Amino acid sequence: MSNSAAERNRPLSPNIQIYRPQLTSVLSIVNRITGVALSIYAVALVVWLVAAATGPWAYATVQGVIASRIGQIALLGCTFAFFLHLCGGIRHLVWDTAHGFELRSIYISGWAVVAASVVLSALAWIARSFVAG
Amino acid sequence: MTCDLDCCKPSGSRQPSDGSTMIIESSDQVPRATLLKRFPVPRNFGVAPESRIVRGRTWPAPTGAVRVKSFEIYRYDPDSGKNPRLDTFEVDLDDCGPMVLDALFWIKNKVDSTLTFRRSCREGICGSCAMNMDGTNWLACTRFISDLGTPATIYPLANMRVIKDLVLDLTHVFAQYAMIEPWLQSRTPEPEKERLQSPEERSKLDGYYECILCFCCTSGCPSHWWNGDRFLGPAALLQAWRWLADSRDEAKGERLDVLEDPFRLYRCHTILNCTRTCPKGLNPGKAIAEIKKMVIERRS
Repeated sequence: MSNSAAERNRPLSPNIQIYRPQLTSVLSIVNRITGVALSIYAVALVVWLVAAATGPWAYATVQGVIASRIGQIALLGCTFAFFLHLCGGIRHLVWDTAHGFELRSIYISGWAVVAASVVLSALAWIARSFVAG
Repeated sequence: MTCDLDCCKPSGSRQPSDGSTMIIESSDQVPRATLLKRFPVPRNFGVAPESRIVRGRTWPAPTGAVRVKSFEIYRYDPDSGKNPRLDTFEVDLDDCGPMVLDALFWIKNKVDSTLTFRRSCREGICGSCAMNMDGTNWLACTRFISDLGTPATIYPLANMRVIKDLVLDLTHVFAQYAMIEPWLQSRTPEPEKERLQSPEERSKLDGYYECILCFCCTSGCPSHWWNGDRFLGPAALLQAWRWLADSRDEAKGERLDVLEDPFRLYRCHTILNCTRTCPKGLNPGKAIAEIKKMVIERRS
């Protein structure tokens, strides 16, 4: 961008170190983080399926990990990440039609994504408790 | 006679609005949450050695001052060969105007005349005094001192090369602006008088022509922080849309050819910090979405 030595040594003003987190930027980074997390969970899903195909001993081992406290927390995190990423994705699809860009709409849809993810996660776990009996 | 144009409305007379609500309705609402004022990253996260900020000196308030407010201000002196520093100034609010720009003038006139910043119109028209105040970008002339926390923190616009104190090198962002060729391009022969436009056609430019090129949006865009060398940024793209939406312009195809690029246009990930921060209440996020839509529509 610049040629002289003096210009090259110009400091860069701080960006992420000082910029205030806002619903806009936080939901954007959360959408990315949940995307990465879901990829890792997809690997875990494959491990679970392979274990089920391998035999009773392998399946019981993996089931044991899932049933542990850490396994349950990870599963809850997976549920929430899934719904957050799903709702965030739908929000982006609406934006792709060039609708919903008024600041008020941006904030309403943003908080709606958060609320919907919490409610859907709760519903999924309630449904799970019924299925699991 | 009064003028109804948005650009003539005294934005400085805007009352401070309450930003404590969860739903932000206009970009002039100030964030009041004291929790999480900055992202939980180390202060020197990804910062090159010459950009690291050190603690500067404190300039105490004059004796006898009653209402005193501290301002932490980013300082950089290119002649000193030293790193940028954060100076603390104690400002006597009873001796100073209501806006942040007034506080900067008070400091420059009464405390430290070397404090350097750009300013011109002091009423939100020129876009010179754009800076980062309490973590968000805005114009110092239209931001109330009372809207800032204590201590108030003032940095130059984020992610740009610093010439001195709050004055930035804007060469790169203006080059990006020049790249979208911000002028009317016509192919048809010139009419005898001006090129006419219906009121409906003209209204399509509302919300886009008012941009004052303060670069609050481009500086607030995380995507531009990471890919600013190739991503044009919200300010230039809003202007690109302003010309794409102009019924008199006859270079739409060429304009879209320049923009249709994984970086120039599509590094916009709809984060929308731009729309949140625009001191003129414009909507760069929507403008970019309209460009993306136009690119898709011309394919079909």
